[in-house]
Amino acid sequence: MFILIVGCGRVGSSVARGMLREGHEVSCLDEDPESHARLEVGLERSWEDLGGQFTVGAGLESEALVAAGIEKADVFIASTDGDNTNIVISQIAQRRYQVPTVIARVLDPLRAEWYQRQGLHTVCPTRVAIDMLEGAVREAGSRAGGPDETAEVA
Amino acid sequence: MYIIVVGAGKVGWNLARELLEKDHEVTLIEADRRRYLTVEQELEHNVSYGDASELWVLERAGIQRADMVIAVTGDDEDNMLICQVAREKYLVEQIIARVNNPRNRQHFDLLGIKPSVSATDLILRLLEHEVPEYGLVHLLDLQEEQLEIIEMLLGENSRVTGRRVGDLRMPEGSLLISVLRSGKGFVPTADTVLEQGDEILAVLDPGKEDELKTLFGPEGNGGGG
Repeated sequence: MFILIVGCGRVGSSVARGMLREGHEVSCLDEDPESHARLEVGLERSWEDLGGQFTVGAGLESEALVAAGIEKADVFIASTDGDNTNIVISQIAQRRYQVPTVIARVLDPLRAEWYQRQGLHTVCPTRVAIDMLEGAVREAGSRAGGPDETAEVA
Repeated sequence: MYIIVVGAGKVGWNLARELLEKDHEVTLIEADRRRYLTVEQELEHNVSYGDASELWVLERAGIQRADMVIAVTGDDEDNMLICQVAREKYLVEQIIARVNNPRNRQHFDLLGIKPSVSATDLILRLLEHEVPEYGLVHLLDLQEEQLEIIEMLLGENSRVTGRRVGDLRMPEGSLLISVLRSGKGFVPTADTVLEQGDEILAVLDPGKEDELKTLFGPEGNGGGG
């Protein structure tokens, strides 16, 4: 598969390396040329030597998206540090370039949920953290003998 | 009307003030704390602090009962999504979005955010009107109808002066609708002979401008540009 990842921060670069290791074609697009270095963390050869592609540009620029290969992308991942950017460019990938699989990272749980219902595949790290924290607290509570029966419900 | 204005920059602040003077109910939302405090000194309870990208901020401002949402922040993504959510989630009837970078207009169109207003585009339009390139002026864009009306001055080298309208090979999707000559306008017939100094009006499908420029433009010039 050809996977285009826009936003090459901690999340984007890790997913990029993982997908490249699994044998996919991976192209990254980021505004910051320095983010290329993050891609190569832990790699023995350069990103390009391993078959990866890296383009400098903004996700809203059509030329940059095309240069990064959006027209042949099977998967589009929006993982910049801005929710709004991710939501907008994901919709561009869906509507203008008809990328079959589009995934957007959205930190705001309310909007992640609403856009998910509108047909955009969203991944919400905040929601994951909330669920894990609540789960951990519940687990601790059940080990301590269940909810405190004497507590008043607010 | 109840109108929510997002972004208390120069545009948003002045807009909110004007709307209040016209007796509309207005909430101006600003995400920058310092800017909010400045604007709040004048507009008081009509200003609300928060990031309008977040749904709860819009809901706190009463978006459910808003008749209109105007997004004029300095960030195009914000403006697009605020309007998208206003219309599609909260069913606000009327939205207006500001385009900061004219190159982003295509994205507003793609998401169906209309109307969108770009100061740069407006000034360019005015400039085109004042300094027409090849004498071609955009008079009107009928976006819904997918038609444009343009005006063009036939210069001294125009390749159509002295020719019959009936002999012109007008590009498909374009129609000559009137000729202004010595201050008088008339609808041309096939026998009308075009003269230097004529101003012609044509209606055309979007994207036909270049063909028209070539047809009416100066001899020995590809038209382009």
